[in-house]
Amino acid sequence: MKTLLANAILIDPEDKTEALGWLLLDAGLIADKGTGTPPACTNTIDCRGLHLAPGIVDIGVKIGEPGERHKESFRTAGAAAAAGGVTTMITRPDTSPALDTPEALEFVTRRANEAAPINILPMAALTKGRLGHEMVEIGFLTDAGAIAFSDCDHVVADNKVFSRALTYAKSLGALVIAHPQDPNMSKGAAVTSGKFASLRGLPAVSPMAERMGLERDLALVEMTGARYHADTLSTAAALPALQRAKDAGLDVTAGVSIHHLTLNELDVGDYRTFFKVKPPLRSEDDRLAMVDAVATGLIDIISSMHTPQDEESKRLPFQEAASGAVALETLLPAALRLVHSELIDLPTLFAALALNPARRLGLPCGRLAIGAPADLVLFDINAPFVLDRFSLKSKSKNTPFDGQRMQGKVRMSFVAGHAIFGAEYADH
Amino acid sequence: MTFRAKHLLGIEYLAPDEITTLLDLAETYVELNRSKTKHSDVLAGLTQINMFFENSTRTQASFELAGKRLGADVMNMAMQASSTKKGETLIDTALTLNAMHPDLLVVRHPHSGAVNLLAEKVNCAVLNAGDGFHEHPTQALLDALTIRRAKGRLHRLSIAICGDIAHSRVARSNLILLGKMENRVRLVGPTTLMPSQISEFGVEVFDDMREGLADVDVVMMLRLQKERMDGGFIPSEREYYHRYGLDAEKLSYAKPDAIVMHPGPMNRGVEIDGTIADDINRSVIQEQVEMGVAVRMAAMDLLARNLRNRSAA
Repeated sequence: MKTLLANAILIDPEDKTEALGWLLLDAGLIADKGTGTPPACTNTIDCRGLHLAPGIVDIGVKIGEPGERHKESFRTAGAAAAAGGVTTMITRPDTSPALDTPEALEFVTRRANEAAPINILPMAALTKGRLGHEMVEIGFLTDAGAIAFSDCDHVVADNKVFSRALTYAKSLGALVIAHPQDPNMSKGAAVTSGKFASLRGLPAVSPMAERMGLERDLALVEMTGARYHADTLSTAAALPALQRAKDAGLDVTAGVSIHHLTLNELDVGDYRTFFKVKPPLRSEDDRLAMVDAVATGLIDIISSMHTPQDEESKRLPFQEAASGAVALETLLPAALRLVHSELIDLPTLFAALALNPARRLGLPCGRLAIGAPADLVLFDINAPFVLDRFSLKSKSKNTPFDGQRMQGKVRMSFVAGHAIFGAEYADH
Repeated sequence: MTFRAKHLLGIEYLAPDEITTLLDLAETYVELNRSKTKHSDVLAGLTQINMFFENSTRTQASFELAGKRLGADVMNMAMQASSTKKGETLIDTALTLNAMHPDLLVVRHPHSGAVNLLAEKVNCAVLNAGDGFHEHPTQALLDALTIRRAKGRLHRLSIAICGDIAHSRVARSNLILLGKMENRVRLVGPTTLMPSQISEFGVEVFDDMREGLADVDVVMMLRLQKERMDGGFIPSEREYYHRYGLDAEKLSYAKPDAIVMHPGPMNRGVEIDGTIADDINRSVIQEQVEMGVAVRMAAMDLLARNLRNRSAA
């Protein structure tokens, strides 16, 4: 059955436009679109002038399956994603055990498809057990559906192992996603070094550790020609190296987490563990540099780095507390802060949230083009609310935005043309 | 008399007038401690629990003596051997303690901020007896009292804090307190043992002892935390002593009447020459220990008054 989404402000990150118009959905795809009078359709949803954009493609989501289902399951993460306008989730392999075999990956894919209403594509580990010693079966894992390979926050410290994995991945056209950070410099660190860390007496890492990690990775990418994505850059010091690599034509992209775009090290305040993330929150200058890098396109992708942690993991002294924050449902409202403060426009924002990650992963979504999958998010950019962490659909409630004023609410989400969130909104 | 704090978590949270109030009261306890009776009943009926998650014979004894001299019921909990080793979290421990209705909780913990976390979860007053690299407020207060008694004032003095600044909560609390009281604070030590951007705290930083000690009124030495030296912060103890150990030659750069302090325990021949430490004309190290009991009595007295006022309100 065809569905017409009428009277919406269409945000098209490909054409870099936003304009009042309509979309016609048919057979799970965008069948037609326009800005004038819409065609007649028996199943029409009046979007009442709200913004309609490609659904978010989130490249950094941790699910607790297998191993930590008490923190997050595919069912709860799927519900949270739908409520947050995330229509495609790329899941991380930092599970317990790590996803490093085709069998484990097939289990996860089956569980994901049974339990969640959105598209879920798993990453696999790059080395066995994420231990950094031996590469995984990159070929078999690709055949089993691995969309990319990453050891997540476990940096492959052995240059020989990492270079061989990059070389092998290159031969298969596989994408390697890395977390640039010098592992020795950052060992044991809980915050970024500087005045705040000194005042609070917390073990800290210099921002230089990220630049060193990235420079190392880029040298090996230059050597091997591999496809490479740096998942979470967070410091101004790392950006020149990224620019040089792109200028040199290396097959390199980079991402930033929503937390590093909207929070800084001072938010930790009196040891608030919900603000403990990896890499640690940086200075305000670093945050502004990252926002600027997204605005100019140097940073390609914004991700949630969704990392559910239960209460027991966070109710600890700061040094002992687990890192990470849930963000599937807060990703869009937090990102809209950048729009409200006029640092980024909506097409640029959705290029980073949807178009660029889809392109990098070779997915057809992330666009409003005719023939593209009808994965969409309808949101009210002005709707204000105060975030109550207990209202989140994620099983874990560890959000740094608890109690904060946000502006921008998802009203409906669509996957393959079906409303997976907010169907009641269409009935009013 | 001004002292508003509910807890004593760090010097960072105290105003200068609160520091002065506490030191003034501590003076009266110095007199009490030197008298024959050595006893007051201002904490009579109150329960003080000392929880030390990290070994510290001196500080724990000082707090215990302070509480007993004020008439509190004092209990020491050996947290090293407690149920925390069996997986109980700090918050579980706090809730268990809360059920025992203590009035004063004295806490030392190896992690920065752990005492703040505990203070959020209990109803009683919490005293920080040292948390990680963060703060050690009663040490800074006893140092301040010692300086005030030796120099007759606690402002417009030039004070050098020397040694392992990076790993020292004593240094952190002291530089905050001495800065709040409008003194010139110098930090002296190897650059590997300096916290990053520490100069932004309004202190002068030196990596040369002779320059750093030039014309200072107070030389405050710190213990070299040898247990944290795994990362190679210094090449060797003998080189450290050569460059940063306080001996008569280096001390000669300070004012002739400069006093020498050390929070203890000392590594003689590593950060300080034994003869300097024992020189009764220069060293006030034993007086620091004496002031420690008085300052802790004053802190507990003031927190208990606030506790009673809140209960009455």
